[in-house]
Amino acid sequence: MANTTPSVAPARARDASEAGAFAATRRRRRYTLLTRHDKILIALMVGVPLTLDLLLIWGPTLASVFLSFTNWDGIGPVTGDNFIGFKNYQLLISGRYTLFWPAFTHNLIWLAWLTFIATPLGMLFAVLLDREIRGTRIYQSVFFLPVVLSLVVVGFIWELQYAPTEGFINNAFGLVKSGKLIDWLGNPRINLFAVLVAASWRHIGYIMILYLAGLKSVDPSLREAARVDGATELQTFFRVVLPVMAPINVIIVVVTAIEALRAFDIAFIINQGKNGLELLSILITNNSTSEASLVGFGSAIAVILLVISLGPIILFLSRTMRTTA
Amino acid sequence: MGDSRDAKRVRNRLMLPYLDAELPLNLDLSRRDMLKIAGYGSLAAFIAACGGGGTTTTSITAKGGTMSLGSYNTDPNSKKGTQAIVDAFTAANGGTKVKVNTVDHGTFQNQISSYLQGTPEDAFTWFSGHRMRFFADKGLATSIDDVWDAVKSNYTEGFAASIKGNDGHAYAIPTDYYPWAVFYRKDVWAQHSYTVPTTWDAFKTLCVQMKKDGLTPIAFADKDGWPAQGTFDILNLRLNGYDFHTELLTGKQKWTDPRVTAVYKKWSEITPYYSQAFAGLTWEQGADQLLRKTAGMYLLGLFVSDEFKASGSQADLDQLDFFPFPDLGTQYDAEKALDAPIDVYMLTKKSPTLSANRAQANAFLEFVAKGSTQVLYWQNAPGSIPTANDADTSQYPALTKKAVQIVSNAKRITQYFDRDSRPDYSGPNGMQGFLLKFLSNPSQDTTSLQGQMQSFWDSLPPE
Repeated sequence: MANTTPSVAPARARDASEAGAFAATRRRRRYTLLTRHDKILIALMVGVPLTLDLLLIWGPTLASVFLSFTNWDGIGPVTGDNFIGFKNYQLLISGRYTLFWPAFTHNLIWLAWLTFIATPLGMLFAVLLDREIRGTRIYQSVFFLPVVLSLVVVGFIWELQYAPTEGFINNAFGLVKSGKLIDWLGNPRINLFAVLVAASWRHIGYIMILYLAGLKSVDPSLREAARVDGATELQTFFRVVLPVMAPINVIIVVVTAIEALRAFDIAFIINQGKNGLELLSILITNNSTSEASLVGFGSAIAVILLVISLGPIILFLSRTMRTTA
Repeated sequence: MGDSRDAKRVRNRLMLPYLDAELPLNLDLSRRDMLKIAGYGSLAAFIAACGGGGTTTTSITAKGGTMSLGSYNTDPNSKKGTQAIVDAFTAANGGTKVKVNTVDHGTFQNQISSYLQGTPEDAFTWFSGHRMRFFADKGLATSIDDVWDAVKSNYTEGFAASIKGNDGHAYAIPTDYYPWAVFYRKDVWAQHSYTVPTTWDAFKTLCVQMKKDGLTPIAFADKDGWPAQGTFDILNLRLNGYDFHTELLTGKQKWTDPRVTAVYKKWSEITPYYSQAFAGLTWEQGADQLLRKTAGMYLLGLFVSDEFKASGSQADLDQLDFFPFPDLGTQYDAEKALDAPIDVYMLTKKSPTLSANRAQANAFLEFVAKGSTQVLYWQNAPGSIPTANDADTSQYPALTKKAVQIVSNAKRITQYFDRDSRPDYSGPNGMQGFLLKFLSNPSQDTTSLQGQMQSFWDSLPPE
């Protein structure tokens, strides 16, 4: 349909007349419910996002993969001399780049911490708040507040808590007076966990609100039925509510995994991710977008992180596809 | 990293996420230039010499019009100083409008290569040495031989060498510098009747005494990673000499060398006297320990005085004094080497307005080459000593005079670890992390650490 149609109704009318005129040819065409108008609309609706997706997501992704085989420093064009094959990857995997495996381990610790401590805590809070206790809205706001803050601000707040001589924690426990300072952020043995506490502070609220939304959507009659059948609170939760919440649970798992993989802000704010706070995302930044400008090498780390990230993404997509199907 | 002090301050106060890494540099050639600077003996010559007339306006400059300046001076004092310079320039140059784009120091540094490749301002603030030569080599800076010819009589040869690119052309106007030394409070020292230690043993004895007197002998703050490099520099310079230091930083010597082991060993003798929990302290918090009289000494750049000035108390600033790092009893003591980084103004290459504003930009560069302009800046940021010969030194307080003095006495000058070495090596990925690792257990056998340092160096791409 070449002409722009003022509204859908006349378009249909015209389509009908067309259908009459070309009834003979139409019979030979493949049967379709879609009109040309629909097809154009679909082409637009698929095409525009697809173009954007290719341009903004697949373009840079492929560029990263491409650059990961070079030692490009970000200045001038990439020339044949820049290609160094798998050298970047060899350097990373072999451990000769001493920060890669520590960073990898830290990401895993981050994931384990969120999975086994922060996320269950968030779910627990959600379940508790779902019980309509008094002042539930206040609690909700309190726990959710950190989520509203940017991670940069969260990092700043916690840096103030942890500062050795001026920080709240060391002062509150009298460590400044007694001279037995604990270097929460400077001691590489404990600073990762100090940062994880800060990250959890925010993560718990996030999970709580997601889960709470899910709980609200659980049909109350299910619980009632369980109660009538004599199920205990725990049984009701684990046998009835949890299975019903399966789609939300997948989201929670994926969100947790993604949060762990993209962990960056807090550690970066605190000391640019060195001295025990190395993370993959920070290595990417420190290598490719800093003054060091090791774009090729940073890209190789980015590609590895991408490959790892594909795990939860595929899990999420396959689950979503299945539930919608 | 002395030059990132503004960045540090801003970052630590506003908590913006910025990096601290450096640029890849062409060290082979720049090393030669470093040696050339050394060849002039010291900065003494160019600081002591008195210059005359300053700059003369020629046809390469123009009055009125407009120009733009990209500035990394975001620290309140240096920002004020920059604005004062710009205002004075506008007044002096027939009302030239200067559009100043001030970018946070750390951001400016981290994004410098994309900044210079994009649509930068006409002129920009930067560092001398390798980092300047790197961008000159990459064709991202405009050579300013014409301006330099007009102002060079106002500079001594050491400064002249510091702004030459590898191609021999001038690329920058040096405007200020600052030495690294051991700072202390005169009143605290008078109270305990301490005397300035000139030898390593006297230095350690003093540390013991200070500890007895309830002070933290040496304030040390390495959360940012770069401050520890200052101690590495000075120990390596005193123990192994300027030549070894510069060769080590450019990969001509190995990090596994026993001489590096000796540096760590020497260092471990004073780490027991450091501030508690130093790996979690910013340099400003370290300065506060000195300011609040809880620490006895602090090895840092002269910019520590900015922190004293920022405290708002002139009385505190008046108490600040320093001495050069003590001798270690080696043949290299005589070099009296120290870190004294130089800051500069440069012209970009890709500025879309530069061709139209070139004459105004030239006029600006000539203007900042004047002693009077640099003094104007120094009045706002007392940690930055003017470089021009015709700077009015009569208003220098004792501290600045002394700073000029110790730089003059130095026979070898270095720029600072992260200005003298590869940026990808000196940043948080590399040297900053290695030094923190060493400091977490200074008495450790450093063999494996040194092995890691060397293997990291070897892993970096060719420059």
